[in-house]
This record gives sequence, structure tokens and C-alpha cells, in this order.
Amino acid sequence: MSDWSILSITTFLPLVGVLFILLVRGDDEEAKKNIRRVALITTCFTFVISLFIWGGFTYENPGFQMVEKHEWLGGAFSYHMGVDGISMLFVILTTFLMPFCILASWHSIQHRVKEYMIAFLVLETLMIGVFCALDLILFYVFFEAGLIPMFLIIGVWGGARRVYASYKFFLYTLLGSVLMLIAVMSMYWQAGTLDIPQLMQHSFPASMQTWLWLAFFASFAVKMPMWPVHTWLPDAHVEAPTAGSVILAGILLKMGGYGFLRFSLPMFPLASEMFAPLVFTLSVVAIIYTSLVALAQEDIKKLIAYSSVAHMGYVTMGIFAMNEQGIQGALFQMLSHGIVSAALFLCVGVIYDRMHTRQISAYGGLVNRMPKYAVAFMIFTMANVGLPGTSGFVGEFLTLLGAFRANTWVALFACTGVILSAAYALYLYRRVVFGALEKESLKAMLDLSAREKVILVPLIILTIFFGFYPAPVFDVTQASVDALITNYQAAIELGPKAIVDTAALGH
Amino acid sequence: MQAEILHLSDLAPVLPELLLAVGALVLLMVGAFGGNRYTSVVTGLCVALLAIAGLMLIVSPNYGEVFNGSFVQDAFSRYMKILVLIGSGFAIAMSVAYARSQNFDRFEYPILILLATLGMMMMLSAGDLIAMYLGLELQSLALYVVAAINRDSVRSTEAGLKYFVLGALSSGMLLYGMSFIYGFTGQIEFDAIAMTLTEERASLGLVFGIVFLLAGLAFKISAVPFHMWTPDVYEGAPTPVTAFFAAAPKIAAFGMMMRVLVEGLGGVLVDWQQIIVFMAIMSMALGSFAAIGQKNIKRLMAYSSIGHMGYAMVGLAAGSAVGVEGVIVYMTAYLAMTLGAFACILSMRRKSGMVEDIYDLSGLSKTNLPMAILLAFIMFSLAGIPPFVGFFAKFYVFMAAVEAGLYPLAIIGILTSVVGCYYYLRIIKVMFFDDATDEFLPMSGEMKIVLGVSSVVVCLFFLVPGPIVEAASAAANTLF
Repeated sequence: MSDWSILSITTFLPLVGVLFILLVRGDDEEAKKNIRRVALITTCFTFVISLFIWGGFTYENPGFQMVEKHEWLGGAFSYHMGVDGISMLFVILTTFLMPFCILASWHSIQHRVKEYMIAFLVLETLMIGVFCALDLILFYVFFEAGLIPMFLIIGVWGGARRVYASYKFFLYTLLGSVLMLIAVMSMYWQAGTLDIPQLMQHSFPASMQTWLWLAFFASFAVKMPMWPVHTWLPDAHVEAPTAGSVILAGILLKMGGYGFLRFSLPMFPLASEMFAPLVFTLSVVAIIYTSLVALAQEDIKKLIAYSSVAHMGYVTMGIFAMNEQGIQGALFQMLSHGIVSAALFLCVGVIYDRMHTRQISAYGGLVNRMPKYAVAFMIFTMANVGLPGTSGFVGEFLTLLGAFRANTWVALFACTGVILSAAYALYLYRRVVFGALEKESLKAMLDLSAREKVILVPLIILTIFFGFYPAPVFDVTQASVDALITNYQAAIELGPKAIVDTAALGH
Repeated sequence: MQAEILHLSDLAPVLPELLLAVGALVLLMVGAFGGNRYTSVVTGLCVALLAIAGLMLIVSPNYGEVFNGSFVQDAFSRYMKILVLIGSGFAIAMSVAYARSQNFDRFEYPILILLATLGMMMMLSAGDLIAMYLGLELQSLALYVVAAINRDSVRSTEAGLKYFVLGALSSGMLLYGMSFIYGFTGQIEFDAIAMTLTEERASLGLVFGIVFLLAGLAFKISAVPFHMWTPDVYEGAPTPVTAFFAAAPKIAAFGMMMRVLVEGLGGVLVDWQQIIVFMAIMSMALGSFAAIGQKNIKRLMAYSSIGHMGYAMVGLAAGSAVGVEGVIVYMTAYLAMTLGAFACILSMRRKSGMVEDIYDLSGLSKTNLPMAILLAFIMFSLAGIPPFVGFFAKFYVFMAAVEAGLYPLAIIGILTSVVGCYYYLRIIKVMFFDDATDEFLPMSGEMKIVLGVSSVVVCLFFLVPGPIVEAASAAANTLF
């Protein structure tokens, strides 16, 4: 399998699209159309190729598959790629969402189309790279470089306060990740390698684990984002163009959760155990507090952004419950949220394209003019609430189950979030879709166009499909999650003393 | 060590320097007798001489010691000299286009740069304190004149005078420090000084000497607290001169500092490490915070370079081979980024003349997209964002600091780099997010070449980092 280099092909295929786009000359309508087409074809093709990763994936193997390894940076670090049950579905999610982003920008982006599409394709490469990288420096390069296209996407094509939002996004996330970089360096001198599979085998001394964990936490908590470092997200979401919001909510937020599963848990098990109460507290605060904040929002996108923070609270809670239900649930929640929140932002994009406002008060009674839109929006709202039968339910339920096993109080408080999410989501839905159609400007609104249907229908199908039959996801993640938990439990049982002993022996 | 020169072939290691010295004198004659008519010929020949010297070093380096060990040619000096030659050569090339448009037509200018370059190469090869001082003075005297070369401009002469007065002061401190070092070790050769340092800590007198020596050197690389001249000189000097000042002399001074500290005073690492750590933290912090308020892009680059010298010193503070390697990689990256940035600054030209305000770059992405994109890449690289070369440079120096256990230094450094990010992002914001102003005149060919070459290094370093990293590693190991 590895001689086919499928991961590298998937990762760098979007850059081929960039080359083609660079070849397009001119700035007229025809050129723009060609650029859009090239971008769409590239992303669709990348998605198809990425499905081969799933096709070639061995479910029973908990380790890394389709591994590629080459020398890089003078030998000390390597270009090492591979996927396991935890990362594979994120790759598919990324490639799956990209065509929707391109389609969502079809008409709404009219100036600097070329740069826009290039930024998105480069971003896709970097995001896939994050999930495939098996060398910490490679991971860091992909992780950080992703800030550049996103900064430009928010800053160039964003809303009124785009400059503020893009700065805040960039500096906030950068501040978090530079601390991780210092931790990465000290890991190198401690373990002698930055190869992720080898680092997973390495036992770091307990006191060092604490600091490393905190440094990684600084990065991932900002990215996730966890309360109280979530404040960049609402700004970034509100100002970003629709497709930018989709990528932010759908994929960039997942990097935090992925980071916890890939690094914090397997590499610093003792510290993870120690800090689990902290994460639980922050998660519960996030779930309750941001849900309440969401209730008070006047801006549709901001409301969904806050609901994302709340949903990510379930993810962190599930991850640090450290049992099968919790982690499987967290993974599922991330994938489901990737689809649902992306779909919600796409729904907002649909009405934003028509009205050019995101104020909730500007809408009302849309169901009269846009019945199909109302149905789509309702399905995603329900999935966001976590109604049984939608994918949102499975993840939320499992994370709560996992948290219940770890700590009953956490589960109890987190459960209130379910009610609160129903409150803000239904309240939003009522204000936007129901009620009398009184505003003159809304009376001429058209229902979903063919393009918008193409965008929303697959997402609806997936949301409901995974709500009823989540097994395809769990089959993929099962082996890796089991291995993760087994190793974690073994490390905890050995305790801090044993690690010091083995470390001493190692030297 | 070689006692005396028996054959002409013993001079092989100094061949590039001899070539530059003789060449500079000949060209001076050509210029003096031919007048300004020959400026373009002299300029071309100067670039050719620098290129030949560089090729000699690249193709067939003759390692060895000459003049009783005063002059050392090794992998370290070779690598740094190549950087210096590239910096000087591109600086002269960039001045050509400027000279054409700004009536800046003086044959002395390339010759002075040639002489300064010769001084830098001697600094890098210095094997004892005397040779080091001689090289430094040759460089400095040429630079004083170059800073004031535009003698009809008040700002340029002011810059030259400031640079001269403060530079002379720093040379004095350097000399004073050297005399202390000689007094307390009894030696002037770096090897011999290292032999005398058998104890863990230096004597008080030697510490005094090191402090003064470092004060003098800190001035040359514009490290805080000896940085005050930098913004004024950067702003006041003609822009091609600034471009030259920003790159080659700093690399040379830094290389010299590494050699004297590591090779000569490596035994008393603890004593100079604290000074370097202090200067590094101050430089990084000042470079980041003071640049935020700048509106003139040359002043901004001055503060940026102060900050970058701070980052490079992080690697030096580690005092290890990894650290020196990091600094060498950093200098390579710094050279590429600085040259690229100045190629863009020198292209900020309207019909009314050169402009230097950051807001003159407004909406550059709409008027000149390629230049805007490349300048944005260089800015991201200066900010240390991967995958550009600036990230790897920072990575290597901080890596060394972490290995040496200098965690506070590394953490403060990396946090100031986030602060520094703000002003680099501001330039990108101005170019990409703001509305367009008037177009610049088209970029000249020389600038395109300089910008193109440096952008290749900045953007594509991550694809083939091997050769540079390995050469840097080999160079660093010769000092240990």
C-alpha cells in the first residue's frame, strides 16, 4: 500500500489545482468561471482519491497505516505520513467538506476569485497534512502554516470588522501554538526523536509531563476552542465568508480535539490523568456558559459560533473521560459537528447571499417563501440540538455516557447543556423561519436554487444516516481507540515511579 | 601552525582577500583618473570581483592558517564569507537601479563596499584580537563614509556622523576590552587564550574585558542596549546603503563574535552567557514592541533587525555546536529575508520619487500582485511562520536554547515573536486588506532578480533544507 503514496497524493493534489488556476489568464467572467470550475474539480477529485484511503484501510490494525517516510531537514526529522483509526476520518471529512466550500462561494465571491480559490486549495493541503503528519515538526509546519490562508480569507473577503477578526484569529492561535513549539523542542532533547509513533512509546518523566501537557494544552485549547480562550472564534466566524466559517467550524476546530487524542493522551498519560478535573471543569463551564451566551445573540453566525464552543465542550469532556464510550463519542461528535455546523453555516450563507445581513431580527417567516430551506435548516437545527435520529445525538449521548462513568457530577451538569442547546437553537429557528412574513424585503426571497440543493442534500442524508447507523464510523475508530485506552491504562497503573525508573535505566 | 611564509602557495587561503584588496585599489585608480564616467564600469567590476571571490570560496576553498595564525580559513569562515559576499554583491546590484533614478552616481560607492567587504572577510577569518580589530576598523571606516555618501542630504550626513561618533566609541570600548583580555590572559591568539582558561570561572579582570568586548560587538550588530544608532542610520542613509547595512556587516560582526566567544572564550561560557542572554531578551523585546508604532518602513526594518539579532543571540547563548549551527542557519535566513524586503522597499517608487511610508504600500495586491505576494511571504517568514525559512531559523536557535536548558530565554523569545508578528501582519494587512493607492513605477530588472532569488530561498527552503543545514553544521563544528 505504501508504494502508492496515497496520503501524499491526497495531501498535495489540491496544489496541482493551484497550478492550473495560476495558468488561467484574465479577469473577466469567463476566467472566473474557469477558476471556479478548476477548484471544484480539484476538490471533488481529491475527495474521490481520499476515499481510496478508506478503501485500503484495515479495520483491525490499531497502528498507523499507509505509512510513508523520507528524510527531511538534514536527517534529524523526517517526512513521515500515516493514518490510523483516529485520524483517517478527519482526512475524509476535510476532503468531503471542501467541494461544498467551493460551491458555497460560487456566486458570493465576485472579486479576487483567483486568490480566493488558491487560498482555499492551499488550506486544504495544509489541513490534510495536519491529520496525516507523523512527525511533530511536520505536524507543526502544517498546523501553523494553515493560519496564513485563513488569515487572508478572513481579512480579504470578510465582513465589516474583518481586520480585527483576522488579527485576533492569527495572534490568538499563534500565541497558543508557540508554547507547544517549545514543548516539542524539549521533547526532542528528552526522547531523541520527533517521530510520533516513537514518542508514543516513550515514557516522559512525570514532572516533565506536566509542563509538556500544559504547553500542548495551550495550543489545543485555543484551537478547540475551550472556555475561556474561545473569544477569537465568534469574531472570526462572524467576519469570515461563509466558506471560511464552514472550514473553521468543520475542520480547524477539530484539530484541537485531534491534538488531544494524538499527543496529550498517549504521550502524557500521567499529566492527562492529573489535569482531567481541570478539563472537565472547563468543559462544563463551556457547555453551560456559552449556551447561555448563545441565547442572547442577535447575530445568527455568532449564535452558531457559541453553540460550536458548547459542542466542543462535549468533545473535551468525552476525551478526558478516558473510556471507550467517551473517546468514541468525542470522535463521533467531532465528525458529526463537522458536518452539522458546516451545514448550519451553509444555511446561514444561503439567506445571507439574498439579504446581506446576519441579524436575526432582519428575518422572520421565511417558511412561507422558502419551505425547502425551512426543512433543511430544521434538520440541521435538530441535529445541533442532538435529537435522536440525527448524528448529533450519537456523539452527545456517548460522551455523556463516558463522562457519567468517569464523574457523575460532570455528566449531570453537562446534561443541562442539552436542554440549553434546544433552547437557543429552537429560539433561533422560530425567530428566523416561523412567524409572520412581515418584512417587505423578505417577500421576494427565492427558495433554494439547484446549486444550494446540491450542497445541502448530501449533508442532510449524512446527518440522518449517521443518526441511525453510526457503525461505519465506529468500525474505523474501534481498534485505535481500544489501543489508546489500553496503553493509557497501562501507563497509569505503572504510575510515576515506574516511569522514572525506566527512564533512568534508559540513560 | 605555520611559522612563516616560505612559498607563495602558502598564501592560498588568503587568495580571495588578496583579490579584493588589489582589485579595490586598481578600481580606485580607474575611478580617480576616469571620473564618474566610469561609474558603471567600476560598479560592474566590483560585482564581478565579489562574485569571483565567492566562487573561489565555493569551488576550491583552501583551508589553513596564514600569518602566524592571525588569519584562519576554515569551514566556518568560508560559509560566513559566502553570505557576506552575497549580501554585498546584491547590495551593489540594488544600488544600480537606484543610482539611475535618484542621481546617485558615485564611483566611490561600490569601491567602499568592496573595502568594507574585505574588512568583513578579515573579521571572519581573524585568529587573534589584533587581526579582528584591524578587520573591524577597515569595515567600519568604509561604512562611515558610505552612510554619509549622499553628502548633499542633511539626513544622510547626520546618519553618517551619528554612526561615526557612536562607532568610534564602540571601537574604543572594544579595544579597551581587548586590552583587559590580553592583560589577564597574556595572550592575543584565540587558541592561546582558550588554553589559559583552565578554571571554571573567569577572573574579575577577564570578565571586565569580556563585558567591554561584548559592548563593542553589540554595537556592531545593533543589539540592545547599543542599538540607538540603528533606526536613525537606517532611516537617514540612502536606501541601498540601508539595504547593505542591514545584511552583510551584521552577519560579519556576528560571525566574528561567535568565533571569539566560542573559540577563544569558550572555557568561561557561564560568564559571557548571562550577558548574551540579557542582550538577547532585551533585543527581542525592544525589536518587537518598538516596531509596533513605526510608520516609516526603513525604521520598521531597523527595529525588526534589532529583534532578529536578538533571536540569533538565543542560539549563541546556548554556546553549543547546535547553537552555532542555529545561528548560521539564522544568518542565512536573515540575509535572504533582508535582501528580499529591501528589494521591495527600493521598488517603492512613484513618479514623485521614492516613498518610505508603510501606508504607501496600501492595496499593493491590487496594483502589483506578484510583488505583494512575495513581500507577504517575506513578512510571514520574518515573523517566523512555517513553512518559510524564518520559521526553521527560529526553530534551530530555540532548539539549541532548549537543549542548553535556557527555558526562560526560549519562552520569552518565542512570546516576543508573537508580538513581533503583529507589525509584520500589519504590512500584509496594508497590502492586502486596504484600498489601493497610486501604482508604483515598474520594478527594475535588478530588483526583480534580487527579489526572485531571495524569495526562492525564503519560500522553498523547506523543500531542500539539507545542503544548507549540513553546511551550517559542518561550519559550526569547526569552532569546537
